[in-house]
Amino acid sequence: MSTVALTEAHHGSAVGREWSGAAPKRIVTGYGFWIFILSDMVMFSAFFATYAVLQGQTAGGPTGHDLFDLRNVAIETAFLLASSFTCGLASIAADTRNKSGFQTAMAVTCAFGLGFLFLEGREFASLVIGGAGPSRSAFLSAFFTLVGCHGLHVSAGILWLLTIMAQVFTKGFRSDIRRRILCFALFWHALDIIWIAVFTVVYLLGSAA
Amino acid sequence: MNILDPQGPIGVADKAILIDSLAIMLAIVLPTIVAIFGFAYWFRASNTKAFYWRDWEYSGRIELVVWSVPALTVILLGGVAWIGAHQLDPAKAIEGPGTPLTVQAVSLDWKWLFIYPDQAIATINTLTVPAGVPLQFQLTSASVMNAFFIPQFGSMIYTMNGMTTRLNLRADAPGTFHGLSSHFSGDGFSGMHFDVHVVPSERFSKWAQDASNTQQALDERSYTQIAKPSMNNTPAIYRLADPNLFQSIITQKLPPSPGVPSGVIGAALPGIADAR
Amino acid sequence: MLGKLTWAAIPFDQPIPMVASGVVVLAILSVLGWGVIRGHLPYLWQEWITSVDHKRIGVMYALLAMVMLLRGFADAIMMRAQQSLAFHSQGFLPPEHYDQIFSAHGTIMIFFVAMPFMIGLMNFVVPLQLGVRDVAFPTLNSVGFWLTATGALLVNISLVIGEFARTGWLPYPPLSELAYSPGVGVDYYLWSLEISGVGTLVAGINLVTTVLKIRTKGMNYLRMPMFCWTTLATNLLIVAAFPILTATLAMLLLDRYLGFHFFTNEAGGNMMMFMNLIWAWGHPEVYILVLPAFGIFSEVISTFSGKPLFGYRSMVLATMAICILSFLVWLHHFFTMGAGADVNAIFGIATMIIAVPTGVKVFNWLFTMYGGKVRFQQPLLWSLGFMVTFIIGGMTGVLMAVPPANFLLHNSLFLIAHFHNVLIGGMLFGAFAGYTYWFPKAFGFKLHEGLGKAAFWCWLVGFYVAFMPLYVLGLLGMTRRMQHYDLPQWHPWLIVAACGAALIMCGIALQIVQLVVSIRQRAKLRDCSGDPWDGRSLEWATASPPPAFNFAVLPEVSGEDAYWALKQRAAGRSWPDEEPRYRDIEIPRNSATGFVCAFFATIMGFALIWQIWWMVAAGAIGAFATFVVFAWRDHDEDTIPADEVARLDRSNRTQRHAMLTREAAE
Repeated sequence: MSTVALTEAHHGSAVGREWSGAAPKRIVTGYGFWIFILSDMVMFSAFFATYAVLQGQTAGGPTGHDLFDLRNVAIETAFLLASSFTCGLASIAADTRNKSGFQTAMAVTCAFGLGFLFLEGREFASLVIGGAGPSRSAFLSAFFTLVGCHGLHVSAGILWLLTIMAQVFTKGFRSDIRRRILCFALFWHALDIIWIAVFTVVYLLGSAA
Repeated sequence: MNILDPQGPIGVADKAILIDSLAIMLAIVLPTIVAIFGFAYWFRASNTKAFYWRDWEYSGRIELVVWSVPALTVILLGGVAWIGAHQLDPAKAIEGPGTPLTVQAVSLDWKWLFIYPDQAIATINTLTVPAGVPLQFQLTSASVMNAFFIPQFGSMIYTMNGMTTRLNLRADAPGTFHGLSSHFSGDGFSGMHFDVHVVPSERFSKWAQDASNTQQALDERSYTQIAKPSMNNTPAIYRLADPNLFQSIITQKLPPSPGVPSGVIGAALPGIADAR
Repeated sequence: MLGKLTWAAIPFDQPIPMVASGVVVLAILSVLGWGVIRGHLPYLWQEWITSVDHKRIGVMYALLAMVMLLRGFADAIMMRAQQSLAFHSQGFLPPEHYDQIFSAHGTIMIFFVAMPFMIGLMNFVVPLQLGVRDVAFPTLNSVGFWLTATGALLVNISLVIGEFARTGWLPYPPLSELAYSPGVGVDYYLWSLEISGVGTLVAGINLVTTVLKIRTKGMNYLRMPMFCWTTLATNLLIVAAFPILTATLAMLLLDRYLGFHFFTNEAGGNMMMFMNLIWAWGHPEVYILVLPAFGIFSEVISTFSGKPLFGYRSMVLATMAICILSFLVWLHHFFTMGAGADVNAIFGIATMIIAVPTGVKVFNWLFTMYGGKVRFQQPLLWSLGFMVTFIIGGMTGVLMAVPPANFLLHNSLFLIAHFHNVLIGGMLFGAFAGYTYWFPKAFGFKLHEGLGKAAFWCWLVGFYVAFMPLYVLGLLGMTRRMQHYDLPQWHPWLIVAACGAALIMCGIALQIVQLVVSIRQRAKLRDCSGDPWDGRSLEWATASPPPAFNFAVLPEVSGEDAYWALKQRAAGRSWPDEEPRYRDIEIPRNSATGFVCAFFATIMGFALIWQIWWMVAAGAIGAFATFVVFAWRDHDEDTIPADEVARLDRSNRTQRHAMLTREAAE
């Protein structure tokens, strides 16, 4: 696959029913990363399914209704949604090769992400101290795992974010770094989508019970 | 333990479905195997008499047959499966003369405990039942997953802690048969087999009567002793002193017991993750 | 300091694992020593270990599979021996060992033989068949391979340090929970599979993207070779199913390490949830194993019949139907868990429906031979063996899909016979067909034909002698995983089965001899033209072995069986015609990322098993650092100058011209 001639946007598409040859790297990378995100969503589905089955198994302990603080969840959601917005700004800055704009937007994204993690960590700690830790019941195991898995993804995302900031700082907006920014943005937005599912299924439905 | 020599209606029906399904499929499979050998041999490269259709790769008629034959077979077998699954569902009660006999079966590490709640007796690794009478099994496990299986009587069913599964069987002829656990459960698994004595129904109540005169009593205390891991237990009979024993096991009032495997390397450090 | 690890972890008092590990360590040291003394190490490092070339990675995957086949087969021999002896006797393997052996046998065969073999063949062949230079993500490809090797390594380490799981190849709870499996065995299993699972997922993403986005000009979907279609279906299944495995094993790990209650007996845990989740992965997994084999057979049968594949579009439809349907049948693995008649019946019928596209494939292969000129070389023998054997295995599968029949046969040796029937007859015969078919392409010389045919017959007859008795034993009520038994009716069948295993062992020995002899006779067996079988697809248009860039100039395709069409056109006029205009070619640069990352993954895996927390942190930091170093490299491609491309291509064109002239004269 020659990387030299990235001529027409026709590459990688069936133009006039004839496949015109291998797609350019940016499309291939983005496509592959989408497939990864889909696989990650399948993994989350397994945790969601388990949560659905086990959410009633409180073993005589506290239920979601007893434990969930919706105000905290609302702030967490606001942080994540805001961070998705600033991540979008960072993508635009990358497209226009605006280094300072990019670094600023990414730093703010990072701050929002850390804020989310701080609130979530605080929630987990208070649950554990209050005797509602994951080993209390199957419901709590499923809760901590589902929400915690999302939190771990956010943590990994932040590590990735910082690495990308360092890369852009040292090497600028080289084409391979721009591909990585594309993948990061996809990842970050996907985490937001999953969070919507998490707070609906876990917190909103769980509090109503 | 030959499932092709069934001793009760469930076993007979299961076997009939097995043979019928096999026959339906062999009707397709055998000619296909013959065709594989036939085509490969006739169209071998050295056979100059065979025609060579170098570019032949499609025939609508053949495609139609090739899709229809498996599809029709599957429709037929699907019907067998639907009807059979409903008629032979383990939880479905069976007909038969006399009051059905209830047996509560508990799989332990690594033996079977059978409780006869109506006769107030219990046995380990041996089962005695009357001929011709519907048997209603309620099953659970006091440790890990097992499966209760008397091959010549018919269907098997899993046993799981904290849950009750149901199985209905009937043994039609007196004799001695064998049962086993058909789901791997640890070191002593291979020893989890039991004799099944089918006696004429008139003799059964006498047997139960004699059995309840035994000295050994089964209550929560003696149960806890029995539940400790052991292998290759000799058959034993008990008087059921606690009629709610099975309930206590199901509700985990009597907690499940661990099977202690031998020669474990790298066992958990004390204080780490007590899974209870 | 060292977590749970002490000297007691090494079973000095058990002769069998000590001798086995001694032999393995000796073998590894000799190979390494030979490499060092003969000065091969730099070559191995530069050309193989750090290679990101799909052809090299494919070969390494297949090599891993074949080595692990020996280990898995050794377990099988021990099991058969034990069961022939253990009538009214404890045999020579006490339960605590026997349980580990059958667990290791299944785990190794599925995860470290079948998966790597198929992924290796797909890796090697697909870019060549698509007319392109490499897969979508070459460095990621290397990472995937080395992580798989890490998993295999960890499982083998358990032989000498610690123990392996005693739960069977799927660790059903509550038996696999800490209370009932307090040792490190299940942890070895879990971490090994979590790590290699990442490798497999990476391969899945890579191959899906390659088939969908990286094809040469004119290679529309319906002009792809059938093997590429089955590769697409297989890797879609990997992407969709392996995350479920990751999640499920993670939940079991959380139960064991942090006292969670997903599947425990107490506090609301639900073991039935595990069954559903693991088989939601497990059933697609078996199609992941067998679909590539179906693709291989499509290629081989059409090539060795001298005809195009019959009913290509039907085959494509059938493949994608199997892909989707495989997600709808998982409950047939636990009909006896008591789901009720409606649920059981629905899943039984769904299972049968999958038999329809599978049956269509068999008939289409049959009609590919019809009207052909069938050549009985090794790859075709394996294919014929497959067709007959797989039909029988599929039939017994559909039989077991009828719930009342299942209630008698679940977990019995009938089940064992069924799945070995389809795995050996389907997957493994497919792997061997692919191995003998593409070996000359990979190495430039064919495998010895006589020895290969002898090996085939030993395998075929050996399989039937080993497994047909198991069908009988299942009907006689024998359940699986028994360490000893007392029924005299079972004994003779188990002895026959052991003889079958011995026959298979002869087959394996012949395959090893075949490889050695072929290497020694490689001059005589050389494939000069790159097209030893009169092939139909584009991989046969390259030299054997192909140069790093595969094609000097990417081909343009206008129909199915692209290479066959090229040959037909060329036969009509003098060929080769004028030389193409050669240009510089850029290929991905080699990288140690995969190997180093797997090194740290091994450390992390071992440390997690033995709960050496500082070592876990060190491994994690190392793995992250590896990726950062990789991300910081400035040059990710090497350039092959046009002159070099021309030189390599010209020599192949000369050979081809000679071959075509020879054939025209005949």
